[in-house]
Amino acid sequence: MVEPGRQHPQPHGVKPTRSHFGEEGARSALIAAASTVVFVAAIVALVLTSDTWPKVRQQFFNWDDARTVWPAIWKGFQRNLWMFAVAEVFILAGSLVVAMVRSLRGPAFFPIRALATIYVDLFRGLPLYLVLILMGFGIPALDIDGVPNSVWFWGVTALVLSYSAYTAEVFRGAMDSVHESQRAAARSLGLTQVQTLWYAIVPQAVRNAIPALLNGLISLQKDVALVAVLGYREALREADIYKSRTFNYTGFVVAAVLFLIISVPLARFTDWYTERDRRRRQQRAV
Amino acid sequence: MNAPTKLAVRDVYKSFGDRAVLQGIDLAVSEHEVVCLIGSSGSGKSTLLRCIDLLESIDHGEIAIEGEVITAPGVNPNLVRRRIGIVFQSFNLFPHLNVLNNVTLAARRVHGVARADAEARARELLDRFGLGEKVEEYPDRLSGGQQQRVAIVRALMGDPDLLLLDEITSALDPELVGEVLGVIRGLAEAGLTMVLATHEMGFARDVATNVAFLDQGRVLELGPPDQVLRAPNEERTRRFLRRVIDAGRL
Ligand SMILES: Nc1ncnc2c1ncn2[C@@H]1O[C@H](COP(=O)(O)OP(=O)(O)O)[C@@H](O)[C@H]1O
Ligand SMILES: [Mg+2]
Repeated sequence: MVEPGRQHPQPHGVKPTRSHFGEEGARSALIAAASTVVFVAAIVALVLTSDTWPKVRQQFFNWDDARTVWPAIWKGFQRNLWMFAVAEVFILAGSLVVAMVRSLRGPAFFPIRALATIYVDLFRGLPLYLVLILMGFGIPALDIDGVPNSVWFWGVTALVLSYSAYTAEVFRGAMDSVHESQRAAARSLGLTQVQTLWYAIVPQAVRNAIPALLNGLISLQKDVALVAVLGYREALREADIYKSRTFNYTGFVVAAVLFLIISVPLARFTDWYTERDRRRRQQRAV
Repeated sequence: MNAPTKLAVRDVYKSFGDRAVLQGIDLAVSEHEVVCLIGSSGSGKSTLLRCIDLLESIDHGEIAIEGEVITAPGVNPNLVRRRIGIVFQSFNLFPHLNVLNNVTLAARRVHGVARADAEARARELLDRFGLGEKVEEYPDRLSGGQQQRVAIVRALMGDPDLLLLDEITSALDPELVGEVLGVIRGLAEAGLTMVLATHEMGFARDVATNVAFLDQGRVLELGPPDQVLRAPNEERTRRFLRRVIDAGRL
């Protein structure tokens, strides 16, 4: 193992002016790697030698249970992904429409503007869990003719209504941050308010909104699992069913790993994109 | 010289909150005339131009184009704006659209012109103003002078009856002012009716039919450039011009 802080030998053929910077970078990378290895090793050792580890391993990390439960969880997780994709499409479209409505000016648009505001206030103010239960259990219980009673349908609808309210505010904030003179320029050309928003403001706003939209995407990806509360057999529900039968939690760990496989790269991508975006803006401001 | 009146501004008042910006503006512009609005910063030049384009509502008075009152209730502002072109101090091109799309957006979406026809007309105008090479560029790749010429072309695409120009050279580096003023001079010679707010007194003297001196939201003095700029009647006009001369702009 490399000792932290040891002098890194200077590579051949590197000009002294650059080598200072390069050496500094290589040295800190080395220190970071070394301390990480030490840290992780210490934790692993601590866990593996503890008295409760065999029990933890039996309950949460049981290979046989993982193999048994895998087909059900994998199938459930695919349902999660499908719900996630369908919901996201409707969320993006719906929230953009709501944001545009809220950005219309003048007394003529007051009624629909008020409607959009009420919707946003309502669904941003309600916990998603509550909306899910109200729609997923409440509406089918009414047993109205022609109204679907599928759990999938109401689960996705609840997600869409809840997330669109939040996402509409993301869009609206981004539209407000486009300079007022852009609106004046578009209006002066004879474009209507809706055309002005659609052709001049929204394209600029969407770009500004992308980091926040990506964060919403990550959040939705996880919250899809809340539909389990309606009894829909997605990954979490399958893990729960398995646990009730065997009193073993390995299924939850398997589901957790699947969620992380999607959300961690998404989070890394969001950070990378946001950082790049920030740097581009700074460059433009110079 | 009895050309029909293109633009009539009658007793127009406009306040922002308790800040009275326009306080009884009267102004008449005949066809083919070029009227320069001069006056110190804050005297209401931009606000007047924005009111004419219905970008601001007025509190009192009326504005008419070719005898038709455009500030009356029930007038569709979109239809009025199609007949008026305006160019802003800060260009206000759409940064997400290239030059060609900036210029043809309104033609295609508002006037319903087919893309090919709109682009043909745009290329012709851009060529005329020395921008033939730039049609595919995005605004942030252009100099200020080029951006402002694109903005002028964008305003001209709808064949406006009236062109409004709001200090269109104020945001430009000095060496780029000439190319933009040259374009406006050409439009004046072609007989386009224009109202322009400007600090370029030399230019005003050359192209203006009339010069209007705005002071605290009123037209304090109006007349041919030789009179207003050389022998003003009002003490305030004299003081303003002296300050301009001291700043080396006349
Ligand atoms: N949207 C606005 N809200 C509040 N005050 C404004 C607004 N636009 C202009 N004003 C004020 O009106 C006055 C006249 O402004 P403006 O018409 O831009 O003058 P000028 O173009 O002659 O410099 C200024 O005091 C300015 O602060
Ligand atoms: Mg101004």
